[in-house]
Amino acid sequence: MKKYLFVRIINILITLYIIATATFFLMKQLPGSPFDEERLSNLSEEQRIEFYAKYGLDKPLSEQYVLYLKNLVQGDLGDSFYFKGQGVSELIAGRIGPSALLGFQAVLLGFTLGIVLGIIAAFKHNTMWDFSTMLVAVLGVSVPNFVFAALLQYYVGLKLGILPVAFWESYSSSIMPSLALSLIVIALIARFTRNEMLEVLQQDYMLTARAKGLSQFKVIYKHAIRNALIPVITILGPIVVSLLTGSLVIENIFGVPGIGSLFVDSIKVNDYTTIMGLTLFYSAFFVLTMLVIDLLYGVIDPRIRISGAKE
Amino acid sequence: MEKLLELKNLHVSFRTYAGKVQAVRGVNLFLKKGETLAIVGESGSGKSVTSKTIMKLLPGHSAKIDDGEILFEGKNLVHYSEKEMQKVRGSEISMIFQDPMTALNPTMTIGNQIIESLMAHQKIDKKQAAFKAVELLKLVGIPNAEARIMQYPHQFSGGMRQRVVIAIALACNPKVLIADEPTTALDVTIQAQILDLMKDIQKKMKTSIIIITHDLGVVANIADRVAVMYAGKIVETGTVEEVFYNPQHPYTWGLLGSMPNMETREELIAIPGTPPDLLNPPKGDAFAERNEFALKVDYLREPPMFKLSETHYAATWLLHGKAPKVEKPAVRSRKRLAVTRPNLQAVAEKPQVKQSLVEIKNLKKYFSSGKNEVLKAVDDISFTIYKGETLGLVGESGCGKSTTGRTLMRLYDATDGEVLFQGEKVHGKKSPAELKEFNRKVQMIFQDPYASLNPRKTVADIIAEGIDIHGLAASKEERREKVYELLETVGLNKDHANRYPHEFSGGQRQRIGIARALAVEPEFIIADEPISALDVSIQAQVVNLMKKLQKERGLTYLFIAHDLSMVKHISDRVGVMYLGSMVELASSDELYDEPLHPYTQALLSAVPVPDPAREKSRERIILEGDLPSPSSPPSGCRFRTRCPHATELCASSVPKWREAKPNHWVACHLF
Repeated sequence: MKKYLFVRIINILITLYIIATATFFLMKQLPGSPFDEERLSNLSEEQRIEFYAKYGLDKPLSEQYVLYLKNLVQGDLGDSFYFKGQGVSELIAGRIGPSALLGFQAVLLGFTLGIVLGIIAAFKHNTMWDFSTMLVAVLGVSVPNFVFAALLQYYVGLKLGILPVAFWESYSSSIMPSLALSLIVIALIARFTRNEMLEVLQQDYMLTARAKGLSQFKVIYKHAIRNALIPVITILGPIVVSLLTGSLVIENIFGVPGIGSLFVDSIKVNDYTTIMGLTLFYSAFFVLTMLVIDLLYGVIDPRIRISGAKE
Repeated sequence: MEKLLELKNLHVSFRTYAGKVQAVRGVNLFLKKGETLAIVGESGSGKSVTSKTIMKLLPGHSAKIDDGEILFEGKNLVHYSEKEMQKVRGSEISMIFQDPMTALNPTMTIGNQIIESLMAHQKIDKKQAAFKAVELLKLVGIPNAEARIMQYPHQFSGGMRQRVVIAIALACNPKVLIADEPTTALDVTIQAQILDLMKDIQKKMKTSIIIITHDLGVVANIADRVAVMYAGKIVETGTVEEVFYNPQHPYTWGLLGSMPNMETREELIAIPGTPPDLLNPPKGDAFAERNEFALKVDYLREPPMFKLSETHYAATWLLHGKAPKVEKPAVRSRKRLAVTRPNLQAVAEKPQVKQSLVEIKNLKKYFSSGKNEVLKAVDDISFTIYKGETLGLVGESGCGKSTTGRTLMRLYDATDGEVLFQGEKVHGKKSPAELKEFNRKVQMIFQDPYASLNPRKTVADIIAEGIDIHGLAASKEERREKVYELLETVGLNKDHANRYPHEFSGGQRQRIGIARALAVEPEFIIADEPISALDVSIQAQVVNLMKKLQKERGLTYLFIAHDLSMVKHISDRVGVMYLGSMVELASSDELYDEPLHPYTQALLSAVPVPDPAREKSRERIILEGDLPSPSSPPSGCRFRTRCPHATELCASSVPKWREAKPNHWVACHLF
């Protein structure tokens, strides 16, 4: 197990190194620079050179790269070019709160509702329950979340006026963006749970459980649900990704000061260090999530636990 | 004796998209205290449905008990609610299922699965339940029960899992145990262990057992009474002796005749055709269509149960006073197997000049399974297959018989050693033309007739694929003619050419598979368990067909199977494999009459034969334990860990593969 973890962490570090390198060079390939913006257009040539020197942009690319890596190893993502005097790490730390709240709420709501809907659909297979759940699931996957977000804003925010439309002040501001984000989670989880559940209900061990004389509730709770949920964990990864990308748009629509909107803003102004920092942050978050999922898998499924231990 | 359980005129149907399938059509049965009743029949006969109906375990939304009574100790279970049934299940009536690999919840320790059953019916706390669970595991013969109770199902072998399933079923000491094909998914030596266990438990706990099976050998071994089911009805019932030695229903005749025993030499008596469609069950006797003795009245009216003795009943019009007397086929001779008599005649009959077709020399096939782990699927085997013969290859699952077949065909590369086909190396580099020629000459018939035919192709295209690849037909007309001819050869007809595989039954599909193999005019056919997925009566049809084709076309077969009696029946010589090595090879008569290797002896003794008197009197060699893992086989002789004769020599050195008697090869230190 320890060895497994060690190998996985090494793999993660290699992955992150490759991503860091790739983003660094891609960024340098982009046309324009952080000082192209209008408010800086009246910079004199000397001032410009001074700026370049200040941020180390005058050095050869290889040197910049080495410096960047050096800082990275020490946990320093560099200073933002745009937000004066702020380190990228601080910037992310300051913005992560709202994003984390949204993500957490969306996952929680998505999983709970998705699993419940999936189980109901499986048990009421081929009834109105099943059909309507699956309709929701199909809509959830096919309707882009910004469309759903706009609908929420219009009906809940404007017409009913019960929730703030697009500003961030209190907890209530997080409800609509979380809802908008969770739609795809609900849809994916409901569909997946339903299919797994239908599969599990066909298994022989369900018959064994019933033949023992267990109550209906126990049969479902102890034998069906756990087995059906094991594969559901596998789609946690893709869901996390969809939440990350989803949050870019959703945060902008609802005016949430999270890292999604930070990302979009920094791209608009060629803020190299922030873009690189955020890319790395997203990547690290993603690979770590995958690691946690794999470990979780071992906890919940004894078959994998054992073979993992052997390694 | 008192009737513990009785079914009266039970009708069960399923609602499907196509219509109402009448799976059980008026079954009358009873089970007395302490006896074992076997329900025999082919797939679709309704035997499983009947057993699940007793427990009311059928899917509620599609299955329906249309009529009849299920009387358990005088109470009618048909009217029981789901809640009331939950009290009966597990505590009064228990059930064990066919496949132990899937019958246990993979995410729960086996201890918890037993405890759960105990706590559902008895007022005991978890500690007491855990203590009882250990006792139960000991009862069903699981060594080291205290430690193993914490383990998960995947840490047990198939045979051990079936013991766990039995332990769960016995947890609350039920009065009736229903076993639905409890040994079908197991190897013969493990099957023998489980059957012994069931008999043992019945003696100790006085449980009444209903065993559902298609294997008449198992019936002869374990049952007191038999009910033969066909198309949702009981067609004959009686004590085992009555049904086996004095069968009255033509279907029972067919069933007994289509199963070879160790002595059968003549062609098997196959039952023609396939069972009827229960969407529209035929009027009259459902078996009439396949019955060569059918009378006119069979097509019009259902025969009643004719009483032959206090216990023996059969439903056929042949027993009516006015029916013509028919000579029933000699389905059984009661002569005992002469175990020690050398079969001189058979030796003399052998063809004198033998031309070798395939030579296998020190063949090895290893698979890497994970890091630094090598699975030695086939480890150093040598033998020769002669032109025109059928060589049978038997062994338990995991012994490497299928790997051998596939390696011979070049589907796998050999790790070491060589295979010569007609004197030329099979493995290694070959030009495309050589490869094509080799592929034409060697063909394969697969085990699963459902998975081995492409569902999106018509039968004609499936059969003709080889013809197209090898350019064996000059024109479209010739191709069509060839397909028609092949279909007729395998007993299908022209009209079948444009249909798709799903329109055929298992037996018919296997015929299509054979036609496909024959299409390219091969010389050597590897048949990998070609009949194990088929019903007994259909097995006989396919085996007879294969024998006939061999005679007509001079084919050479490698027949891989685990069913020893069928292998004996079809093969000229038989090789026995154990854990990747060949332990014995001899002519089939000699091997069965005078097995040398202790494993062969145990294997033969484990096969139940459809003869109750012999089954109940003979001494069995029951092998202890399970098959060791092929990735870390025992040192020296691989069989030594289960061998009753093992000595120190067996642990230290590998026995040589040598000719102990003329044409009788064995790898054992005893010889």
